[in-house]
Amino acid sequence: MWRWMQTLLVNGALLLGAALTLFPLLWMLSVSLMPAMDSTQIPPPLLPDSPTLEHYKVLFERLKLGRYVLNSVGVALAVTALSLLLNSMAGYAFAKLRFPGREWIFQALVASMVLPAQIAMLPLFLMLKQFGLVNSYGGLIVPGMASIFGIFLIRQYALSIPNSLLDAARVDGAGEFRIYWSVVLPLLKPILVTLAIFTFLGCWNDFMWPLILLADQDLYTLPVALANLMGEHAQDTEMMMAGSVLTIAPVLLMFLLLQKYYIDGLMLGGVKE
Amino acid sequence: MPYSSPQQDNLAQRRVAFWFVAPALALIVLFFFLPVLVGLLLSVTDFDIYALADAQQSRYVGLENYRRLLEAPLFWTALKNTLYFVAVGGPLSLAVSLIAALLVNHPLACCKPLFRSALFLPVVTTLVAMAVVWRYLYHPRYGFLNYALSWFGVSPIDWLGDPDWAMPAIMLLAIWKNFGFNMIIFVAGLQNIPSRLYEAAALDGAGEWQQFRHITLPLLAPTFLFVTVVTLIGYFQLFGEPYVMTQGGPSNATLSVVLLMFQEGFKWWNMGFAAAVAVVLFVLILAGTWLQLRLRRT
Repeated sequence: MWRWMQTLLVNGALLLGAALTLFPLLWMLSVSLMPAMDSTQIPPPLLPDSPTLEHYKVLFERLKLGRYVLNSVGVALAVTALSLLLNSMAGYAFAKLRFPGREWIFQALVASMVLPAQIAMLPLFLMLKQFGLVNSYGGLIVPGMASIFGIFLIRQYALSIPNSLLDAARVDGAGEFRIYWSVVLPLLKPILVTLAIFTFLGCWNDFMWPLILLADQDLYTLPVALANLMGEHAQDTEMMMAGSVLTIAPVLLMFLLLQKYYIDGLMLGGVKE
Repeated sequence: MPYSSPQQDNLAQRRVAFWFVAPALALIVLFFFLPVLVGLLLSVTDFDIYALADAQQSRYVGLENYRRLLEAPLFWTALKNTLYFVAVGGPLSLAVSLIAALLVNHPLACCKPLFRSALFLPVVTTLVAMAVVWRYLYHPRYGFLNYALSWFGVSPIDWLGDPDWAMPAIMLLAIWKNFGFNMIIFVAGLQNIPSRLYEAAALDGAGEWQQFRHITLPLLAPTFLFVTVVTLIGYFQLFGEPYVMTQGGPSNATLSVVLLMFQEGFKWWNMGFAAAVAVVLFVLILAGTWLQLRLRRT
């Protein structure tokens, strides 16, 4: 009897929590499908009476949202691909190759994870201005091409690669780059997928840096474009909801498809001291 | 090659290792460590919009920026708001994360993966998009929150327009958006506790609460420390929520330290002054982290 009550209590609380958590997302979707001005009623309607895609059409046809989608996709893909390569090389070397200073350099990198990114932003902006990278995709991509967190994650995972495997490849006459490419990378695949999701999501969702760096509207990424739209179209609630749906739909989809890798990576990062 | 001595091998590997590490390290040094150092230098200059055109225009001013900072009421407002957000929003967020983790990990819970994913979803959403949505939820007339509160007889609150309510409203959004992240880390920590400890305690007649108090909490302490530090660092960097929802208003009630840095640096181009704000942020985060580690050790 007591157990039955407890089961009900635990699952009821979970159901309530999930409902509260999902409500803003579901409501955003619902309102984005309502005809203009429908959302300004009392009581607020939960579902659209006559669903319409007109706001999505306006966003793409009149407000050129397609352009911002492409910008976001392009920048996030470039950062993800390049940082995967560079971080995996460095992470593998910190785990498995011997070189002087390996330990203290790694310790210094880990310790500097407490440095907030904002302290670097003002000088970084000035530096990139010197390089002619302000207001360009390059300014978004280049500083993101390597990350301390990425190196850390790969290194933790690469530690478990058996040395005997690498030595065997060396005895067979494989060069170090060949070993990295054909032996190590395939073994690192799960953590590479994890890091890819982290990097892509982080880049897609990033707001402050593109906001600082980009002046030209044509270069805006989705979050910056959305914040800008908010300034001009705050009253068009349904359209703003449609813009929000488009901004989060790709990352939500990606997470739902690959969540096993994401959550495993999170646990790996969180539990290991 | 098979006949090379160990010494030659070591030398070859060192040379190769350099090429593996160099590209990533060079980027990190150039685009992170160097800017951090330059940031410290910048904070002791009067770098402004004229210096932006010609860096020769800026001069060394010593601690002048810091002195002005301490005399600026706006800085104290931003600092107070940020500390309020960290001190109230942070612990609340941790509490929600822990409760959610205990529920998701409870032996009697059904469909665990489903609930875990549902509760985690806000973490992967784009902050700006969700700030747009929540701004609407908070609408004084048409917002759903006031409508839902009216069922309980609560009269409408102007969430983002009332200086007393704006920061709590931003906290609520931040907690909603972030709790899933810590929840997952707590779940990992909970799963690392050997189940035989609970079995032994149950045999000794320990109730659910005693098990939580004497097994779960102490064994979760390392996880708790990690999560607290990460949350603290993240919450000190409050920016997107007030930027999109309130622009720091009403009457600067949601102006955060990072928002102040952004405005001074990239709106008014007072980069020397803004750099001093950034340094203060860094010192705050460092002090907070140190305090956490210190408290936990005793």
